[in-house]
Amino acid sequence: MAAGVAAWLPFARAAAIGWMPVANCPMPLAPTDKNKRQDELIVLNVSGRRFETWRTTLERYPDTLLGSTEKEFFFNEDTKEYFFDRDPEVFRCVLNFYRTGKLHYPRYECISAYDDELAFYGILPEIIGDCCYEEYKDRKRENAERLQDDLDSENNQESMPSLSFRQTMWRAFENPHTSTMALVFYYVTGFFIAVSVITNVVETVPCGTVPGSKELPCGERYSVAFFCLDTACVMIFTVEYLLRLFAAPSRYRFIRSVMSIIDVVAIMPYYIGLVMTNNEDVSGAFVTLRVFRVFRIFKFSRHSQGLRILGYTLKSCASELGFLLFSLTMAIIIFATVMFYAEKGSSASKFTSIPASFWYTIVTMTTLGYGDMVPKTIAGKIFGSICSLSGVLVIALPVPVIVSNFSRIYHQNQRADKRRAQKKARLARIRVAKTGSSNAYLHSKRNGLLNEALELMGTPEEAHVGKTTSLIESQHHHLLHCLEKTTNHEFIDEQMYEQNCLESSMQNYPSTRSPSLSSHQGLTTTCCSRRSKKTTHLPNSNLPATRLRSMQELSTIHIQGSEQPSLTTSRSSLNLKADDGLRPNCKTSQITTAIISIPTPPALTPEGESRPPPASPGPNTNIPAIASNVVKVSAL
Amino acid sequence: MSGCSKRCKLGFVKFAQTILKLITGTLSKDKIEDELEMTMVCHRPEGLEQLEAQTNFTKRELQVLYRGFKNECPSGVVNEETFKQIYAQFFPHGDASTYAHYLFHAFDTTQTGSVKFEDFVTALSILLRGTVHEKLRWTFNLYDINKDGYINKEEMMDIVKAIYDMMGKYTYPVLREDTPRQHVDVFFQKMDKNKDGIVTLDEFLESCQEDDNIMRSLQLFQNVM
Repeated sequence: MAAGVAAWLPFARAAAIGWMPVANCPMPLAPTDKNKRQDELIVLNVSGRRFETWRTTLERYPDTLLGSTEKEFFFNEDTKEYFFDRDPEVFRCVLNFYRTGKLHYPRYECISAYDDELAFYGILPEIIGDCCYEEYKDRKRENAERLQDDLDSENNQESMPSLSFRQTMWRAFENPHTSTMALVFYYVTGFFIAVSVITNVVETVPCGTVPGSKELPCGERYSVAFFCLDTACVMIFTVEYLLRLFAAPSRYRFIRSVMSIIDVVAIMPYYIGLVMTNNEDVSGAFVTLRVFRVFRIFKFSRHSQGLRILGYTLKSCASELGFLLFSLTMAIIIFATVMFYAEKGSSASKFTSIPASFWYTIVTMTTLGYGDMVPKTIAGKIFGSICSLSGVLVIALPVPVIVSNFSRIYHQNQRADKRRAQKKARLARIRVAKTGSSNAYLHSKRNGLLNEALELMGTPEEAHVGKTTSLIESQHHHLLHCLEKTTNHEFIDEQMYEQNCLESSMQNYPSTRSPSLSSHQGLTTTCCSRRSKKTTHLPNSNLPATRLRSMQELSTIHIQGSEQPSLTTSRSSLNLKADDGLRPNCKTSQITTAIISIPTPPALTPEGESRPPPASPGPNTNIPAIASNVVKVSAL
Repeated sequence: MSGCSKRCKLGFVKFAQTILKLITGTLSKDKIEDELEMTMVCHRPEGLEQLEAQTNFTKRELQVLYRGFKNECPSGVVNEETFKQIYAQFFPHGDASTYAHYLFHAFDTTQTGSVKFEDFVTALSILLRGTVHEKLRWTFNLYDINKDGYINKEEMMDIVKAIYDMMGKYTYPVLREDTPRQHVDVFFQKMDKNKDGIVTLDEFLESCQEDDNIMRSLQLFQNVM
């Protein structure tokens, strides 16, 4: 039952009194309204704009967000209203749907925004009213085409890592911009097509006279030269065709495609000419075959997008053109018949038969008017003029169809190209943003740990320095930090990584060091971790410091590393216990590790590395013997 | 042979239809089929009161959770693709899709391929507000990829490899091939009490409860909401 008429139900029930006297059996009991609530006004606050409606209005459609209990998730206890953080303009349409039962689509609204809102409120777009449905579907289709376009171009540009030779070749043929080889090939074939077409044309131009004979066309005068040129072009075309055939993913489909047929037709005459002898009878037929050489000009359509668009346009309005051709044929037949019978009377008339009159009709209707056939009788002249007037109309009809189709397809192509160009820039920007977020983490790691160390030292005013990260950001960074701790590796940026690789390849020292120490010799609880139990959870305390490189992030503590902070402490303004650097005890190492996080200039590196790593004993009585790497298997 | 003649007949019919269309000039139909969009699966969660009773969240927290959930998935269910995309946003350095895959299957208790809001909230309730025992049990379930009640070395390798994948390429020290394997060996050394190559739930619970680090880190995300 349509929801709109629900309000009339009491009337229908009351009108049932009319059946009572006539009824044979007793009536069933009426259902009672169990929770007889007074209809109340609901306030819907959509991004600040307040809409009010009756509760029963919303409950008309119980399978949507507003009609079901799902809206309770958005109920704000304090203001006793339902708050939705969505677009108020579209909400207007949605609420009108509840009120009137018809969903309208506003023209100014973007189709995907509208679809998102409908999905949010749980409304199926199919119930859009007839008045707006066509517009909605058209826009939706355009959007789908655009997405499909994007997907196609994405697939084309995906750099698949392991492409077979055949696949690379096919890609090179289809998109010449993928590699320089492909571009070279593209231009070379283009050049040879042009050469071939020009030779065909020049061949027939009369080329001066050989004394003692009539004027010869160039083709016969320099037949050897032309033959060589022709051979060269056909060689190139054959090679190209064979390569394409080899590289095509589906050879059968390739053979059937238009371009390949054009290719074959372009080179066939040459081979047929080679095979055929200079027999007089067949050479006539052979000469006609040479006409097909002009099809080589169609090979240009691979090189020119405009030609392709034109071809596609003609293909897409083939049915309209066909119909118009048919109606034109009808008109020609009608007028030819009329002219024939009108001119039958006149003597020496050129209109000898109806098919002969076809030529007159066509020439007249297309407003060519050669004048080789003219009507002489009055009736003929009258019908002739009617013919030419109607011809103008009939010829003018197909042109706008083709033009509008061409314009639409051309603009679509323009838009696709523009989108592709913009997409590159857009992807580059997205990539920058992404690296920005990872860099933000690295940056705040250096500062953030600094913060916590400062807090520990109890200098509140300095703790505010660098506290610019929002809560969400700091929580995100904490998450990344936990991941680092889980795997016991750290995030660094690309340059550092390359530097590390370089250095590790130069000296094997680092590579032998880190794995041996990072090889988890059990999850021994070390001094540091025991320390961290007493203090609040400080990521610092477990962070060891290693041999320094410039701009090094904190990493695993090696025993020798504990002595190195002394080098850096002198450079840090926050160093409070520089003297204690060599005598690491619990507190100092916390602070010194924090200090290490300050980017140190490269000058330190040689010093740092020249220090031979000391053996485990020595002044390290306070520090446990083994590396304090703690491997925590975190739950998430 | 019969197939060939059938194809020929079909081709002929199509050709005749094209000619007819050319002559009578019927307008071309819409190429893109108007697929009925009835495929929009819309799921409504149970009432707020019921969810409040079933989980350890307050009404307000449930509201906040639902709003975030609905924003990303207006249809009311998360499928694996969306889940992976959302999770990958938090780990820009590496590839979070494998780990997200295991997470998704841990959330999707009924193995339907989609996570409803109730499943989501139930799991979160365990993870954030549950007892230690419940959390560890959930973690065990996460590690047990084939849900057979035991964790063997291959499953653990997969999980650890997935975690290492999230680190990405640019790490210090440089990630080596056998780092995950070493990690798993250490893990098994600790967890597998009777050295039979698999870790059962009891072994897991026992070993985790012995380790203070793990116990402490479980409490870490208490105030996430």
